Amino acid sequence: MPLYEKECERKREKERKVFLMQLALFIQSVINGLNQGAIYALIALGYTMVYGIIRMINFAHGDFIMVGAYTLFYTIPLMTSAGMPAWLSVLVAILVCVAVGITVEVVAYRPVRSQGSMTALITALAMSLFLENLAMVLFGANPKSVPAIFTLPTVSFLGATLQTKYLLTFGIGACMMIALQLFVKKTRMGKAMRAVPQDKEASTLMGIHVNKIITTTFAIGSGLAAVAALMYCSTYPRCTTDMGSMMGLKAFIAAVLGGIGSIPGAMVGGLVVGLVEIFVKVYIAPGWYEAITYGLLIVVLLVKPSGILGKNIGEKV
Amino acid sequence: MNANTKKSNLIAYLINFIGILLLFLAFTGLFKSNLLGARTSYIMGICTTACYTIIMVASLNVLVGVMGEFSLGHAGFMSVGAYASAIVTNALAGSGIPAILLFIIALITGGIASGITGILVGIPALRLRGDYLAIVTVAFAEIIRVAFCNFEITGGGRTMSGITKLSNFYWCFWVTVVCITVMYMFVRSRFGRTVKAIREDYIAASASGVNVTFYKVMTFTFSAFFAGVAGAMYAHYMTAMIPTNFNFNYSAEFLTEVIIGGTGSFTGSIIGAAFLSALPEAMRQFSIYRMLAYSIVLVLVMIFRPGGIFGTYEFSLTRVLKRLVSGDLFKPGKKKALAAQAGGDIHE
Repeated sequence: MPLYEKECERKREKERKVFLMQLALFIQSVINGLNQGAIYALIALGYTMVYGIIRMINFAHGDFIMVGAYTLFYTIPLMTSAGMPAWLSVLVAILVCVAVGITVEVVAYRPVRSQGSMTALITALAMSLFLENLAMVLFGANPKSVPAIFTLPTVSFLGATLQTKYLLTFGIGACMMIALQLFVKKTRMGKAMRAVPQDKEASTLMGIHVNKIITTTFAIGSGLAAVAALMYCSTYPRCTTDMGSMMGLKAFIAAVLGGIGSIPGAMVGGLVVGLVEIFVKVYIAPGWYEAITYGLLIVVLLVKPSGILGKNIGEKV
Repeated sequence: MNANTKKSNLIAYLINFIGILLLFLAFTGLFKSNLLGARTSYIMGICTTACYTIIMVASLNVLVGVMGEFSLGHAGFMSVGAYASAIVTNALAGSGIPAILLFIIALITGGIASGITGILVGIPALRLRGDYLAIVTVAFAEIIRVAFCNFEITGGGRTMSGITKLSNFYWCFWVTVVCITVMYMFVRSRFGRTVKAIREDYIAASASGVNVTFYKVMTFTFSAFFAGVAGAMYAHYMTAMIPTNFNFNYSAEFLTEVIIGGTGSFTGSIIGAAFLSALPEAMRQFSIYRMLAYSIVLVLVMIFRPGGIFGTYEFSLTRVLKRLVSGDLFKPGKKKALAAQAGGDIHE
């Protein structure tokens, strides 16, 4: 029965195609998730470093990314018209973000540092609102579209289109994490950074300038936020004034998930959040992906508040 | 309680009631006399806005001031109240129920729906404290928002419109009075004192036999209930709403008003909320600077006056009257005492 065989053949062919398409979709989702996760991880590194040292959730951290994104928006045209590659404007963004981070720390956070965690939390919230609304006043409420930063080719891989810039994002994220880990573990400054949260007074007695260490931490965190802004803008080329607060929250979830205060934890947490978000968006319920991310945070905080790689520290009475 | 204090309490209630009545009559007179001309309905609208903002801020103050914990997701509870009440009134519309009854049903439905959500959120969330709790409340509020964006009955992410307009200033005024009274009594009750004890030292409180979790969840529910009432008022004033209105920024705005007004002071909440909801209307052309100004004030308050402008000071009509009768309201000694009570930087 040639007709029947032909039918079977066609069916098999169809199934194979469907399978290949699904495989492609799966690979595409993994890549997208890793890209998204690397961005979250970079932001989460900033949260984790600040929280690790002064036990404060820096709500304004998300808004540093917004500052970085707007800086990119304004400097990229200048860079390209000067004949330089667009990505060099990230250096300007890093400088601006570091300046903003240090200013916020010195002007707002330092005066309230001795007043307990709640005051610090409200001040951080206030600074977040301040930066967001300042951006609204300065740049207007309309979203701005950032010009293309990288012009890298796309590679076809098992039917999935692989954007090389995604690989770049992932690579930069991993490099940043390794560099940071080496910095914290190997250098004198890093040693001081680890000493401060253990005992502020004792570190002062050992000749550590506590305020300087905290300011440096903020500077590093803000610089990472600028890099994250570059990564974000190369994937989603638009910036709005409120882009920071929600992304910051998700990055915070990543930091908590991985174990707050732990640098590899931030990377792991970021990737998990990114993958979960993309997979829920693609496979389960597109409208609900944010709810799932927040649900993840709630579950982690209730089940294992110290996170995946965090150390469990008992509460002192 | 002996007969004497009972009598003086009764007098105090009476005085306060007369004071509120006078305030109400003053507003009514202002609106009915047409003194404001064409702007009357506009000003009335602002006053209605102030009413539900006051309830929201006061209910958040129960959490922040009395329990000492932060909710950064209070707008989420407000949205639960708003949507629940809107669904119920939409279902009951045209069934011949008088408007005032419908309004009360809406408020109670909103409150109960939000209260139930409060229990559901509170039981898991209140195992955490401090900044983690704040983050988890944001997470819950966002989940509520996403849910309302996806449910068909709440408009499925589009604007839900066509809600009956029930909130008018006169009704809202009395609802606000009742809500504030209940909250104030709650804070001063045995229950409220227990919660304050937990705020001061939860370990000591639980060692003294206080069921910390129970009291915390109940306070959270109580606060959520009033947020729901405010939400119902909002829904039936605005008549159209979208889930994204109740976002993180809206919650942060309420928290800002609580902190600026004074944590633990209902006087601060009421004046703060009324002032801060009237101010942007008065200065429409500067509206984009509003949140900017809030945040600067918030940072300054945190640095120079961490307890908020009013601290824990409560305005008392009977106290003022007593001073007025004995004629020493403006004596420097008393003024100093008053200043000390308020936290003290009124200069002579």
